[in-house]
Amino acid sequence: MESPVEILRIVDLAKSFYLHNPGLKIESCNNINLSLLEGEFIGIVGRSGAGKSTILKCINRSYLPMQGSIFYESEAFGRINLTDASEREILYLRRHEIGYVSQFLNVMPRTTAKEHVMNALVDRGTEEQSAELQAQEMLQYFCLPEKLWNIYPATFSGGERLRLNLAHAMVKEPRLLMLDEPTASLDNKTKLLVRDILQKLKGKRTSMIGIFHDIEFMEGVCDKVFNISEGALVT
Amino acid sequence: MFLNETPVLSVRDLVVRFGEGCPACLNHQGSMEKNRCAHCGTVWAANKVSLDVYPGEVLGVVGESGSGKTTLMRSLYFDFPPTSGKALLRDYKDGQKNIWKASSAKQRMIRNNIMGMVYQNPVMGLRMNYSAASNIAEKIIAAGSRNAGQMTYRAKELLTAVEISTSRMGEAPRNFSGGMQQRVQISKALANNPALLLLDEVTTGLDLSVQARVLDLIRKIKALYGISILLVSHDLAVIRMLADRTIVMLDGSIIESGLTDQILEDPQHAYTQQLVHSLL
Repeated sequence: MESPVEILRIVDLAKSFYLHNPGLKIESCNNINLSLLEGEFIGIVGRSGAGKSTILKCINRSYLPMQGSIFYESEAFGRINLTDASEREILYLRRHEIGYVSQFLNVMPRTTAKEHVMNALVDRGTEEQSAELQAQEMLQYFCLPEKLWNIYPATFSGGERLRLNLAHAMVKEPRLLMLDEPTASLDNKTKLLVRDILQKLKGKRTSMIGIFHDIEFMEGVCDKVFNISEGALVT
Repeated sequence: MFLNETPVLSVRDLVVRFGEGCPACLNHQGSMEKNRCAHCGTVWAANKVSLDVYPGEVLGVVGESGSGKTTLMRSLYFDFPPTSGKALLRDYKDGQKNIWKASSAKQRMIRNNIMGMVYQNPVMGLRMNYSAASNIAEKIIAAGSRNAGQMTYRAKELLTAVEISTSRMGEAPRNFSGGMQQRVQISKALANNPALLLLDEVTTGLDLSVQARVLDLIRKIKALYGISILLVSHDLAVIRMLADRTIVMLDGSIIESGLTDQILEDPQHAYTQQLVHSLL
């Protein structure tokens, strides 16, 4: 059998922030090394402020890494170092290959839940009709009740927002999905639902890397666990 | 493919100077009070500004008042000639000729056919005493069309797109609210299907519901027509919502540029950090 492709490799990643006022350097994470295979799911744990989100944001290039490399096996560009890829390349990858899901919802004003999911496709040139069908399918897949589809998501609960975020990210069928504390502030029942959904995504061979406070909850879903405080992978 | 596309607009080393300059500031040696020469009083409104806008992209421009945002927009729209610099448009001579060196007739053609501009103050972009439809028709006539039926059809189509009732197309914009005037300006700017839309603080001074409507409209324009947009705003929320990439201006120069979320979440320059930390 063919060995799975290494979709992401982080080498010696370090990120610090320099605040000009008051002239302070804040170290966020250091010497991060990890490797993610195609279809694999890595969970990241660590205390608050240890730099868990920083790793994901460096992959997404919302943060500029100070040192190290992040190699991503792209369908369009082949192996590409995300730390020095051009802005246009990153925008392309975000539209087509890399998804990022947080617990926060960032929706254009006057956009309904369904339109929000559709926009992910329309923005990359999909016809509106076909985008609508795919969006509906995705909302159904993530168990968002149909009565909420044509409502502005400002009033959604945490769990509903998360499912909408997942639908928005997954409708693009990303090869790599990043999850920034998707289960934070959710009740147990909703957490179970999220776990089921992530299990389903794993079934689709989506490569995932996620931050979890309550990693024990994800037992059986994550293939590997990366403990950032110890700077190493533990299984 | 996406990445091989030629920029719709490339600006290189734009300098706009108000004043003659003195040997000290011309040689970049004199002391400056922000972007004003302390010795001769010359204001360097834009200083070596370079940028690219790609097809279907929204490029945000942020910065404080007086940082040169509007100067950049207005020189691009030929409201005043720049002191020096080069601007290339993909749709004008295949991006081979500097538009600032073009003849007045060619510059009028570019204004009418290739670019559309929406000013912060609608008085600058609209004829307040002419009807909304005439404002749109004026732009279409300027591009060479003389067919009244087509003009009326297009005016109706555009006003509907910006959610202004066609029953009001005969009214002069002076009777409209600020938000409506702004939307008429947008429809006028879109009249000849421009490749590039210049939007200068389009949502400033509008109430939240109207602002939401205008933002929604801009997003739709981008998605439906694939128009590239240069969006000037000092409202970071607007930039976050709409811009793919963002440049930050201070005292006439670009001090930082990057992906919009990177500029907002991991700003590098002291001024950008101050700007982002001032966000409500």
